Amino acid sequence: MSAIVSSATQYCTFYLDGQFFGIDVQRVQEVLRHQTLTPVPLAAGTVRGLINLRGQIVTALDLRQRLGMPERTSNKPPMNIVIRSDDEAVALLVDEIGEVVDVEEGRFERPPETLQGPARELIPGAYKLDDRLLLILDTDKAISPQYGS
Amino acid sequence: MSDMDEVVREFLVESYEGLDQLDRDLVALELDPKNSDRLSAIFRCIHTVKGTCGFLGFGKLEKVAHVGENLLSLLRDGKIELSQDITSGLLKLVDAVRQMLSAIEATGAEGTVDYSALEAELADLAKVGKTEEFSMDDAEALFRAAAEKAKMAAAVASAVARVMDEPASARAMPAAAAPVVAPAAPAPAGVPHAEHPVAAPSADDPKVSTLSDTSIRVDVQHLDRLMNLVGELVLARNQILQFTGQIENVAFQATTQRLNLITTELQEGVMKTRMQPIGNVWSKFPRVVRDLSRQLNKQVTLVMEGAETELDKTIIEAIKDPLTHIVRNSVDHGFEMPEKRVAAGKNGEGKLLLRAFHEGGQVNIEIIDDGNGIDGEKVRAKAIEKGLITADQASRMVERELQNLVFLPGFSTAEKVTNVSGRGVGMDVVRTNIEKIGGTVDIVSAKGEGTTLKIKIPLTLAIIPALTVTAGGDRYAIPQVNLLELVRLEPGVGPGIEKMHGAPVYRLRGNLLPLCYLGRELGREYTEPTGDQAINIVVLQADERQFGLIVDGINDTEEIVVKPLGAHMKGLSTFAGATIMGDGRVALILDVMGLAHRANVISETRDRRLVELAEAEAKAAAERAKNTASLLVFGVGEQTRMAIPLATVARLEELQRDTLERAGGREVVQYRGEILPLARLSDLVGIMSNENLDQPLQVIVYQRGGRQVGLIVDAIHDIIEETVHLERPVDGRDLLGSAVIQSKVTDLLDVEGVLRNAFPSLFSDADEGAYA
Repeated sequence: MSAIVSSATQYCTFYLDGQFFGIDVQRVQEVLRHQTLTPVPLAAGTVRGLINLRGQIVTALDLRQRLGMPERTSNKPPMNIVIRSDDEAVALLVDEIGEVVDVEEGRFERPPETLQGPARELIPGAYKLDDRLLLILDTDKAISPQYGS
Repeated sequence: MSDMDEVVREFLVESYEGLDQLDRDLVALELDPKNSDRLSAIFRCIHTVKGTCGFLGFGKLEKVAHVGENLLSLLRDGKIELSQDITSGLLKLVDAVRQMLSAIEATGAEGTVDYSALEAELADLAKVGKTEEFSMDDAEALFRAAAEKAKMAAAVASAVARVMDEPASARAMPAAAAPVVAPAAPAPAGVPHAEHPVAAPSADDPKVSTLSDTSIRVDVQHLDRLMNLVGELVLARNQILQFTGQIENVAFQATTQRLNLITTELQEGVMKTRMQPIGNVWSKFPRVVRDLSRQLNKQVTLVMEGAETELDKTIIEAIKDPLTHIVRNSVDHGFEMPEKRVAAGKNGEGKLLLRAFHEGGQVNIEIIDDGNGIDGEKVRAKAIEKGLITADQASRMVERELQNLVFLPGFSTAEKVTNVSGRGVGMDVVRTNIEKIGGTVDIVSAKGEGTTLKIKIPLTLAIIPALTVTAGGDRYAIPQVNLLELVRLEPGVGPGIEKMHGAPVYRLRGNLLPLCYLGRELGREYTEPTGDQAINIVVLQADERQFGLIVDGINDTEEIVVKPLGAHMKGLSTFAGATIMGDGRVALILDVMGLAHRANVISETRDRRLVELAEAEAKAAAERAKNTASLLVFGVGEQTRMAIPLATVARLEELQRDTLERAGGREVVQYRGEILPLARLSDLVGIMSNENLDQPLQVIVYQRGGRQVGLIVDAIHDIIEETVHLERPVDGRDLLGSAVIQSKVTDLLDVEGVLRNAFPSLFSDADEGAYA
């Protein structure tokens, strides 16, 4: 994990409840505007539904719920960040997409002990940008079914 | 990939193919040992392996192949005759070569296993056939020299072939390389007897060359990708077809129609590329059956019908292991030993029939043996012993249900665990694997006559016909295989949906069909239908049970492309996958079995069925009990056979004559710390006793209340359980009647009446005691 954090210098950024997040750009397959979701009854709460991505069926996960954040209230439909994993693709639902940013390695810092809850596992640290913090998401853990629900 | 790797990989693919053929050839050769074409083919294959691996520097493999080649050449030249031992030795050789090949595939080296024992064994087998013409050493030396030359020739030939073929795409056709190497190699060897058989078969074996000319090897992944793309095309076509209704343009209409036709044909064509004959899986069974039956000293012939029946590649893969297990199981448990078969009036050689055929869009595979069949009673006892079912449940099961118990996890009727089967894993796994690909498996067996396993599987997994329904605002697809019928209830017609203490049911042709609401089972919003709207019931079949699924709407039947669900939904048994509908949206495919479990349909019907069975069984038992009884048969006097109900007997005793004492004018005996009064039955019924005074007294201990009396009879014959047809006695005294038991006329003694006369006190006291 730490290897990924230190090696990636470009991050695909997005917003969740006003917070600024980043995902290793290498892991991002593509970004999609809102797609029609087919809900999956009886599935874990983080599974928001299924998307047809050019014939491939992609599971959409609610990242807010995954991080223990409040439900989305805005009327603006969520965006999808499609992550490639070994044998399938998973989409993360986020509020808004930002730009791809370059970071300097020296600016990384681990989270304080006061960061608790499900987010602690998923956020290995943050880059101190000039004007704000860029929270890094551990992609593998975020899309892993084992950590789900 | 480096060039060397490529060469090795090609060698592996080629050799594997050759070995598969070798397995078949060797077993076939055993039946027809004189077939020189076969022998030559076998020789050629081992020779090619040997030559190539020498070229590639796999010395160990080369050595083993070399010893085998020696043996084969003796066979080919008619110096020795093929025996079972030789066949087994050669098959072992094939295994050893295969083992090394997989080691090479995995690690790049031949592995560390020592094959010197096998080499010695093969050399010994060759010695048996030693002739005067050569000493073995001479032959050995000659062959070594020949092999050396052959090896070089092979190396040169294949190197040349490779260089020449380099620009062409010959790589894609490795089979084509084999004939080039094979005939070229032995030709310059100049060993006696070597020329003619080698040259001849390559010429009179046209099949090999035509096959490699007209077929190419394609990576399955390519086909999978093609299949996916065609699936996409089908969806796009469906979407376009939806527009044709809106756009009035003749050219457009014509184009879409052509698109429609081409897509359909393309879909069929691509599906065909993935189809393989089931014979591909069966091809290894002759050897499996041969090895196993030989190991178990059984005689089994394998007959295969419909080997050309085609199935999707993925399904072929999925049924490979279950089928192998069934075949092994059948040889191990299904067939009796030859002596036992002959004793039972059957042919000493058992017949195992594999049959495959298409029927109704499905493939049927039957595995039929004429062995021992499944003994329902044995299965029952075993299942109870293993705690898989309770004795109570077992007593209610009919023969067919008992036989199907073999599919329970942890079940095995084999008396001893062999290394073949009987380890308690097996038939349940077979069933699970077959059900996983949407198939069913059923077992039919007649004791002593054989067993038939029937497997039904879909032709393909990728595209299936399905019915789409809506519930809670979403669409779901239901595979057509599970669908029985659709019922639409119009308001105000018939009784509609009724309730049994809250459980909804519908009278379908007189039988109550359990119902469940799809919306509710999936935890979605749903409104229970009121009486004034039509209700749609989808009647489904799950595990031989029917239930009705109430949905909001029934849409259409269409071919859908099945796609797997992601890792996040692995635990969901209610869905079998997902598909993309004509409008581009995703719909979930219902897993009818999983849904039935969730809705408790299966356990509910099973219980109900068990109860019904139990009721029928109890009724039949009562019917039988009216006439059947356990009887104790004994003799009094010279001729008379008598019987009394076993239930009235406490014990049977043999008493020494010198232990008899007298009390109150009766014979008594001290028995378990009490005084047991005795009476001679011959005296009581007025028959001349025929007792042997040298033998101990035969006493039936009769118990009533807390008191016992002993009834002395002349001989105890038997305890029987029989249906007794009583005939009224001519002389009614002391008897209930007479019946034919064990083909002898037997009197049924009115034991109570007789004893009442002899021991009046016993009865009066006992009755009081009973009421005290």
